[in-house]
This record gives sequence, C-alpha cells and structure tokens, in this order.
Amino acid sequence: MTKVTALPKTAAPVEPAGTDAASGSAPEVSSGEFREPLIYMDYNATTQVAPEVIEEMLPYLRDYYGNPSSMYGFAARVGKKVQEARERVASLVGAHPDEIIFISCGTEGDNTALSSALASYPGRHAVVTTRVEHPAIKNAAERLGKQGRRVVFLPVDRQGRLDLDQVAESLAEDVAVLSVMWANNETGTVFPVERIGALAAEAGVMFHTDAVQAVGKIPIDLSAVPIDMLTLSGHKLHAPKGVGALYVRRGTRFAPFMVGGHQERGRRGGTENVAGIVALGKACELAERRLGEERERVRVLRDRLERELLARIPGTLVNGDVENRLPNTTSLSFEYVEGESILLMLNEHGICASSGSACTSGSLEPSHVLRAMGVPFTAAHGSVRFSLGVYNTDAEVDLVVEKLPPIIARLRELSPFWTPETAAACTRASADAS
Amino acid sequence: MWDYSEKVKDRFLNPRNVGEVEEPDGVGEVGSLACGDALRLTFKLDDEGRIAEAKFKTFGCGSAIASASALTEMITGMTLEEAEKITNQDIAEYLGGLPKEKMHCSVMGREALEDAIAHYRGEESPRAEGTIVCECFGVTDLEIERAVRENDLHTVEEVTDYTKAGGGCERCHEQIEEIIRQIQGGEAPVPAAPAPKRLTNIEKIRLIEETLEREIRPSLRMDGGDIELVDVDGDRVLVRLQGTCSGCKSAEITLRDYVQARLRELVVPELSVEEV
Repeated sequence: MTKVTALPKTAAPVEPAGTDAASGSAPEVSSGEFREPLIYMDYNATTQVAPEVIEEMLPYLRDYYGNPSSMYGFAARVGKKVQEARERVASLVGAHPDEIIFISCGTEGDNTALSSALASYPGRHAVVTTRVEHPAIKNAAERLGKQGRRVVFLPVDRQGRLDLDQVAESLAEDVAVLSVMWANNETGTVFPVERIGALAAEAGVMFHTDAVQAVGKIPIDLSAVPIDMLTLSGHKLHAPKGVGALYVRRGTRFAPFMVGGHQERGRRGGTENVAGIVALGKACELAERRLGEERERVRVLRDRLERELLARIPGTLVNGDVENRLPNTTSLSFEYVEGESILLMLNEHGICASSGSACTSGSLEPSHVLRAMGVPFTAAHGSVRFSLGVYNTDAEVDLVVEKLPPIIARLRELSPFWTPETAAACTRASADAS
Repeated sequence: MWDYSEKVKDRFLNPRNVGEVEEPDGVGEVGSLACGDALRLTFKLDDEGRIAEAKFKTFGCGSAIASASALTEMITGMTLEEAEKITNQDIAEYLGGLPKEKMHCSVMGREALEDAIAHYRGEESPRAEGTIVCECFGVTDLEIERAVRENDLHTVEEVTDYTKAGGGCERCHEQIEEIIRQIQGGEAPVPAAPAPKRLTNIEKIRLIEETLEREIRPSLRMDGGDIELVDVDGDRVLVRLQGTCSGCKSAEITLRDYVQARLRELVVPELSVEEV
C-alpha cells in the first residue's frame, strides 16, 4: 500500500476567530415574510443555529472537505473532529462515545429503533408505545401494525400521564420493544423514563425513548437510567437541521436501518454529514454549559408568561402535567376560538408559536396528543403552544402578555359560540382556579 | 404557513359585517365546535326583497373568517334569487383565491347562505336530505356530489379539500371514489379483493404460492426467517419454517395469526396452515 502523508501544515486553513463568542443575544435575522422584530417562541419546532455552532462547522464546509474514511492526513483531521463531536454528544447525555450513532434526523432515529428491535428479536412481533408519541414513532408503529405486527398504543390520562401498572401489564413475552418519549413536544409533559425503563428491564423488553424534546432542556444521565436506545435531534438544540444521534447502549442488540458502507462501525451506512456532526457536537457542548440557564431563567420566563396569560384571559386551560414538565413549554387552550386564527394574529406582531388546531396541521382533525388526553373540542381547536429558549427576554414575554388578550377577545367576539352564558362560565372557572 | 392572498389577509384582519342582524329574516348555521369551524349567517330584507343587511359570526381559521366576510359583502343588495346563484367558487374568486386545502371554507359560506334562504322561505335545509357518507365530519352524498359537479373534482383528496369528507378515519374513501366515478365517468376502480369464486386445485396452489412469495416471505425475511411450501392437501397448507423462524418459540403464533390469516384473506377462507 502506498504510504500517505498529511498535507503540509501551511495548506491547512487557519482556525476561525471568535469561536467561543459571547452568547445571549438572538442572531440577527434578515427581513422576509415576517414582521420584525421577530419574537420567536417556538423552540420545540426548531431553534436558531447558535453563532458559536456556525463558526465551528463552517471550516468543515469550506476547507476540510475530506471524507473521514479516506487514507490521508487531510481526511484524518476530519475523522478526529467527528470523534470529538461524538465525545461531546456522549458527554451531554452521560454515554460512552461508542454508544453514539450519527443519523440524519429524529425521525430516522425513531424508525431505526423500532426496526432494529424487531430485527434483533425475530421471535417477538409486538411493539408497545403510547398514544401521544411524535409522528416519527406513531406512524412508524401504525405501519408495522399494517404489516401484521401487534402494536399497542398505551392511553394517557387528562394530564397526559401514563398508568405505570398498565405499562407493566403491556410487556408480554412477544414484545420486541417499548418506546416512550422522554418529553412530549406539544405539552412538555415529562415521562418517568427511569421507572418505565426499569419495568422494561424487569420484563426483558428493549426500551427506546424519543428524547428529541428533552435533550438540552433537562439533565440526562444515561449511565444512571436503564435505557437501551435514545433518539436526539440537532436542530432542537441550536445545531442545524439534518443531523441527530441515536444512542445504543453497549451490549444492546442492533440491526442497522440504512445499510451501506462501514461508517458508524457498520451501524449506519452513508458518508458522514461532517459539518452537521461537528455542529451537533458543538451544540451539545453549549447545551451542557447552558443547562442551568435553561432550567432557571427560561423556566422563570415561561412561568411568568403562563401565569399572566391565565390571569388576563378567562376560559384558558393549561394542557399537560404541570408538575412534570419541560422548563420551556406551555400549552394553553383558549376556549371557543380556533388556533390558526390566533397564530395569524400573533404573526401580525411578529410572534411565532404553534397550535394543535386542525387547520394549522393541514389535517382536518386537532392534535392526536390533545385528543388522547381527552381535551374537549371547545379547547382542543384553540390550543397554542409557546416554547421558549435561551434567546428569549423579559421584554418579549411582556409583549406577548400585552398582545394576546385583545386577540383572544376579538376572536371570541367573532365566534358564534361565545355567548353571555359561555363568557360567564369562563369567568367563573377562571375565578375558581386562581 | 398557508399562502393566503392579500384580500384573504385583509378580510381576516379587518372582517366586514361581523355580528348578528337584529330581528333577522333569514338565519343559517353550519359547522360545529367539534368540526373545528362553524358559521352563523343572518340577513334582513328591504321592502323590495333585496338583502339590506347581512352579518356573520365565525369560529374557525383565517380563511373561514375571510370567506364569511366575503359572503356578506357579496350578497348585500342582492335579491334572494341572485344570491342563490352564488357558488363557492365565486366566494373564493372574490377573495383572490384560497389555498386548495382551504376550499371547504368557501363551501361552508355557500351552505350557510342556502340554509339562511331556506329558513326565510320556511323550507327545510337542502342539506337535510341525502345520506351521510363521511361520519367524521357529517358530510352527505348530496353535498359531495354537488362539490364534485360545481368544482369539477376528480380525486378523493380534492373532495376532502372542498368538503372535508374523507379527512378523518378515511373509511369512506371508496364511497367517495364511487360518487366521483358516477359523475365524472371513467373506469370503475379495481376492487380490493376479487369476489370469492371456486378455485380449481391448480389455481388454488398457484395463488397460495404467489401469496407466500409476494406477501409473506418478504415480511419473514425482514426478521431473518423464511418459509417453504411443502404441499397442499385439499385446504391444508403444509409448510416448513426456515432461518430464525425454525425452532422459534413464537413460530406457532406467526403461522396462525400471520401466515394462515393472510392466506385465508387472499386465497380462500377455508385454508389451514400446518408446519411439517
């Protein structure tokens, strides 16, 4: 074999300056389809790529384009950086670097987890999950059902909580995998994955968790929790879209979803998305440092937003388990109004949020999560999710608190269901609650 | 985000004729909270029988509000005979077009108008007739037929965009296809399962082989298993499991609940599958 040598040092581009620039302010946005200033409160949908992350990844788009699999120093450098990213991701979730497989998105991780478990336990034909999973699990499980597998969707209560006895009962001998999300994207409800994982371990069933919404928002230590597989996604924690990771505990049986080259030690074929992986590594390092801020400052902002909206708008319900919830999320239902109208009016003020209403999803039915929780139709169509992040400020919360009450009042005036009787009932209910 | 026209945005942000006409001559109500949108239309006639005043209340998305506003603007000053001629396309055009997924908002406007006119004339709602096709959204065959005719619809997806029918559990899709076919003509869709008929032994064996090859083996192979057809004796199908399937504890369940179930469904219901 020909001996390969590294490129001369002079050919290597210089490190970018200001890699660790001070954070805390929102990245500037160029004008587009929206009003400025932009008030972004939809962090569960996606997040801005952090300036530090862009700096870190740029050289791997511009200069270090080598394929990590290639046999020369120019590429080895890239491989080392991918390895560093793997260590950073592992560190954020308390895993070993060799337990991290880089993937393209959360959906790939979720699909891989289910198919891997079924392929690894050929005698087992059942999948157990919940009614409130992200479509990446829900629709993958539904398809498995159509292909002849037994699929169980566990119900949740009005707060979106699982009955753990029911979880235990569902883990029959034919179950290949139990998949329960760590935190729900719509309501922020956090599931007791530690106890659920213990139940799965006791039953000898593989346990996967979709932690796309949890990673970066709450502490996760996989060395202390009985979880076999975990999915995380880059763009939810200030990395770009198109990169994620699947954690597979050492010793867990695994069958790849995408087969091809030997990348990721044969567990995921396909040339590495190097810049994305580098970005994910940096984003995880940042997230690890910012976990405290996320848990404290963002929580305080979220709590104030929720409290003030509840006080100012009668007929408002909080969806989800407020005792066990992500620090950044609040799902509010405004009775007798429709969510898309609310979002369009918020958009006039540059405020970005989400809704579980039918109209916003492009489907005709309201969110499967709210329906599984038994949220009444009067409220399910009028749900708005605010999900905050480290770039939000007190002033932004003030603005939403100022702008939203008149919007709801105006839409209720338009609504044929808003009568003196319903109005009085809402006011009474709000008075009882406070 | 939806690509709404400037006029839709304007009529959503500044709707005209919001509220209820006092002592109305005609009242039309369509939709419900459960469906996610609803419209209440009221109007009053002047001495010459023209619509002097029309007002609306809407629970719904941006385009539902804009469509209702458009409707009231269009019908003011019209006789009932003129107003009757308004189609949902007219409402959409007045607004400079609606995203296709939102066309049902314009249909809701037209239906409320029809109901209000019927109410004024002391007639029953024209939509009270007909039989429900889509149970999720309570849409009748007559409503679907009308939407197909007036808007020249050709697919179930289009019918869903215009009437919501078929947008829930999807169980009514075949019925909707049939309605489209009757109106638009064309070939009858190939039925999902051929009508049961008596198979000769050779036909039966061939169908069993085909089903195993096409449906069952790919699925078992995904798990590293496989199946081989050994013999067919009357309605007994004798097979041998291979790969990870052989000696697997769940093999019996796989044979009964999957292999046998699929063969019964796709070949003849009398079959029984046995491992040899």
